[in-house]
Amino acid sequence: MSTDVNVKLDALPGLDPNAMPLQVKDLHVEFRTRIGTARAVNGVSFDLRPGETRAILGESGCGKSVTAQAIMGILDSPPGFVTGGQILYRGVDLLKLPEAQRRKVRANRIAMIFQDALSALNPVFTVGFQLGELFRKHRGMSRAEGKARAVELLDLVRIPAAKQRVNDYPHQFSGGMRQRVMIAMALALDPEVLIADEPTTALDVTVQAQIMALLAELQRERNMSLLLITHDMGVVADVADRISVMYAGRVIEEAPVGDIYETPAHPYTKGLLESIPRLDLKGQELAAIKGLPPALTNIPKGCAFNPRCRYAQDVCRQDPPPPLYQVSPYRTAACHFWKEVKADV
Amino acid sequence: MSDLTSAGTAVGGAPIGGHGPGADTAATGGKERSASLWADARRQLVRDPVFVIAFLYVLVVGSMAAFPKLWTSQDPRDCTTDRSRIPPSWDHPFGFDTLGCDYYSHAIYGARPSMTIAIMATGAMVIVGGVLGMLAGYYGGWTDTIISRLMDIFFSLPFLLGAIVFLTVIKRQNIWTIAGVLFLLSWPTIARIMRGSVISSKDLDYVHAAKAVGATNGRLMFRHILPNAIAPMLVYATIVLGAFVTAEATLTFLGVGLQPPTQSWGIMISAHQVYFLEDPWLLLFPCGLLVGTVLSFILMGDALRDALDPKFR
Amino acid sequence: MGRYVIRRLLQFIPTVLGTMFLLHYITSLAIQFSGNPVRALFGDRTPPPALLEAVTERLGYADPCLDQRFNPCLGLFADRVTGVFFQFDFGINLRQREVTDLVADAIPYTLKLLVIAIVFEAVVGIAAGVWAGLRGGSFADNLVKISTVFVISVPIFVLGVVVREFVGVKFGNVLRDQTWIPEVLSNGVFSPGFKPDYPFASLVIPGMVLGAVSLATTARLTRTSIMENIRADYVRTARAKGLANKRVIGVHTLRNSLIPVITFLGVDIGSAMAGAVVTETIFNVPGIGRLVTLSARTGESSVVIGVVTMLVLVVLVANLLVDLLYAVLDPRIRYE
Repeated sequence: MSTDVNVKLDALPGLDPNAMPLQVKDLHVEFRTRIGTARAVNGVSFDLRPGETRAILGESGCGKSVTAQAIMGILDSPPGFVTGGQILYRGVDLLKLPEAQRRKVRANRIAMIFQDALSALNPVFTVGFQLGELFRKHRGMSRAEGKARAVELLDLVRIPAAKQRVNDYPHQFSGGMRQRVMIAMALALDPEVLIADEPTTALDVTVQAQIMALLAELQRERNMSLLLITHDMGVVADVADRISVMYAGRVIEEAPVGDIYETPAHPYTKGLLESIPRLDLKGQELAAIKGLPPALTNIPKGCAFNPRCRYAQDVCRQDPPPPLYQVSPYRTAACHFWKEVKADV
Repeated sequence: MSDLTSAGTAVGGAPIGGHGPGADTAATGGKERSASLWADARRQLVRDPVFVIAFLYVLVVGSMAAFPKLWTSQDPRDCTTDRSRIPPSWDHPFGFDTLGCDYYSHAIYGARPSMTIAIMATGAMVIVGGVLGMLAGYYGGWTDTIISRLMDIFFSLPFLLGAIVFLTVIKRQNIWTIAGVLFLLSWPTIARIMRGSVISSKDLDYVHAAKAVGATNGRLMFRHILPNAIAPMLVYATIVLGAFVTAEATLTFLGVGLQPPTQSWGIMISAHQVYFLEDPWLLLFPCGLLVGTVLSFILMGDALRDALDPKFR
Repeated sequence: MGRYVIRRLLQFIPTVLGTMFLLHYITSLAIQFSGNPVRALFGDRTPPPALLEAVTERLGYADPCLDQRFNPCLGLFADRVTGVFFQFDFGINLRQREVTDLVADAIPYTLKLLVIAIVFEAVVGIAAGVWAGLRGGSFADNLVKISTVFVISVPIFVLGVVVREFVGVKFGNVLRDQTWIPEVLSNGVFSPGFKPDYPFASLVIPGMVLGAVSLATTARLTRTSIMENIRADYVRTARAKGLANKRVIGVHTLRNSLIPVITFLGVDIGSAMAGAVVTETIFNVPGIGRLVTLSARTGESSVVIGVVTMLVLVVLVANLLVDLLYAVLDPRIRYE
């Protein structure tokens, strides 16, 4: 087992410290299975500025988690393959890097938090071992040093009695504490970009808020960029700066968080907002989006949302999927009728 | 094959005790679902060439055991030593053995004891093991404790060693005692499988519903829980048929099973092992029949499990 | 951990006593129905009354309860249990030799055989299982899948006889004709049976035959286990941590996947002992297994019972150790 002492990431060819921490351009991912090819991601683009929080919002199966895994380079392959596009870390295309260098980007520069910490942590190793491993393998530290750093990290994420708990196994922690361990693991090597894939979905509502507050605080302290992947519009409103809404493997609307909530420009975003229960509309029927998201092996012709859309016209069914129209200098929407949608309150 | 549990694990790939398939079939829920589960399973099995071939092979061996006259008109006891070890010919496809008996008819008649023992032992094992497993799983508490400890006791005897002890002590080695011993040593496996599936299905909503409308314990067990718990037991019973055929032959080979002049594949193999180099067919024919039978049962069990377990669809 | 050990021990004691009682009761029943087995063993020859009486007395067959059918003979059972645990007394054979002595003579061979078998099945089985599991659905996977089904369906005695004749006799004869082949190989490893001159080399092939059946099981178990774990979330986490593939597979996947395999190997010691009965008979190894077969063939049930009681105790202790080992390997069990 080799130890990668002091990763010289400055040595990455073409690294530009002034470029954006993360830029995804026209990403395509396919899953090739026996029953057919599922096009999980079809040309997703977005960027992430230093210290910014971008949310990627969408229902399960819309390709948001796959996008995250593609950025990390941890797609299950086969069946998953990145078939096109670029993933740029400070100007360096990660997809073109040899595996050994790409590995060093993981956890060091771009780290990830997973949804279900119980299954994402290895059940047979102590938390201290799993945290210390990062320092031993990436920083060449000894076991004792690794453990000492693990204790510091557990302190950082406010786990009480960190010194004792470092020797505990994941199943001995409560759900919220486990998610804190996950966060500690992601922050261990001081990454510039943190990807959080549904970090609070598996938790109780009260714990959710604590975890999100912790994340936001740590992000601010370290000036990290956060890519928050979620289906929960409530979580997004509190912490995100910008939002990309995904549907059937495409970004269908992108905007600063306030704009989206006030004037959605895509019928799907509008539908999502309307399906949030609101106290001020108590007594009225809750609007839900009709139908189900399409199977990725069989995405409808034209705009993928057209079978569920109340604005749909022939053009939506026959023409190729709509491009991202510039709604304002800061926002785009992939709908032929964005003006109508935006005006219709 | 020296251990039945290992046969089950090997083929099932699930941890010993059969929690895997049990939990899954149980999870599919009510009786209507299980009816369609069986229909689906039958459709899938008929289309599976491996299952069909294995099934036909078992059918052939079964008919040898039931109606040997269908397959040969020769008498396996018609022997003259001057025909000793004549190689196979058109009239005598398996040739003659050391005593000058027709080897083909010997092989045909040899199927009967193996199959009889396997079927009797499996039948008794399924009934007794199934009932005890169901009682343990359904009632829990003391019933469960007693039955489980009893299972532990029989489990702690390695299969082959236990069979040797029992047969040596009983001193009467015939079809009945061998089948009895095989049953005695193997019922706990079925009981354990059954217990697991009953425990996982007794808490399902439709069972509670049936209880709420006043179904008796017996009705609950046999009408509501059994249909869901039966699939993993069936899979294991199929595989065990093969294991029992092996076990009978192994015991006979060791000299504690059937004794000549009974005809059985185990006796054929053990009597002719030293002639292997000069006349390999004397060993290869019975070995081939034996291995084919065991293989068929295992493949059938495998296919059955895949068909009955929705996870593998 | 402590409570788990105690609970496991509390289950262990009744199982041991229960198994011993089972063996005791079956012997008693046989005597109650068909009379003193010692007399029957001498056949037509009239045994010297002194010897007959000595053996009968020593084995406890004189107990009057053995005249009453279905009597469980609890007094005799208590004597036997105390004999086993306090005097290490497992009975005698007809020549009045202690079963413990017979076993002591035989055990070195059986131990060697078992070690070879377990090492062989663990190393080859796990390697094949990992190889197949990491390449699910590929040629390697199918090869392992199909070959294991075949190995499982070949009874160990058929495999043993065929290997002895083909490898030991036929191939061995070819080797023995060549002068440049070292003796250890031609006369030791590739001999048709056990040779006292090569106490280790001539056990290699019997050991491999013994390991073969469970080898297939080990391979299958490893394969399924690896295939389940390789897609686990924590393996993905390990990748996301930027660990080398070697470490992701070798530490994070394997450690979890091998837990059921190691448990199986431990439990398999019991069935390997039973399998040794067959292998030792075929390859003429003077171990415990052949002792059992020979005594069984001559009907010396006292020896069979004594040896099997001893083996069962070993198996039960082994199972207990495996359970404790399981708790060490899988922290989730420990704190239940």
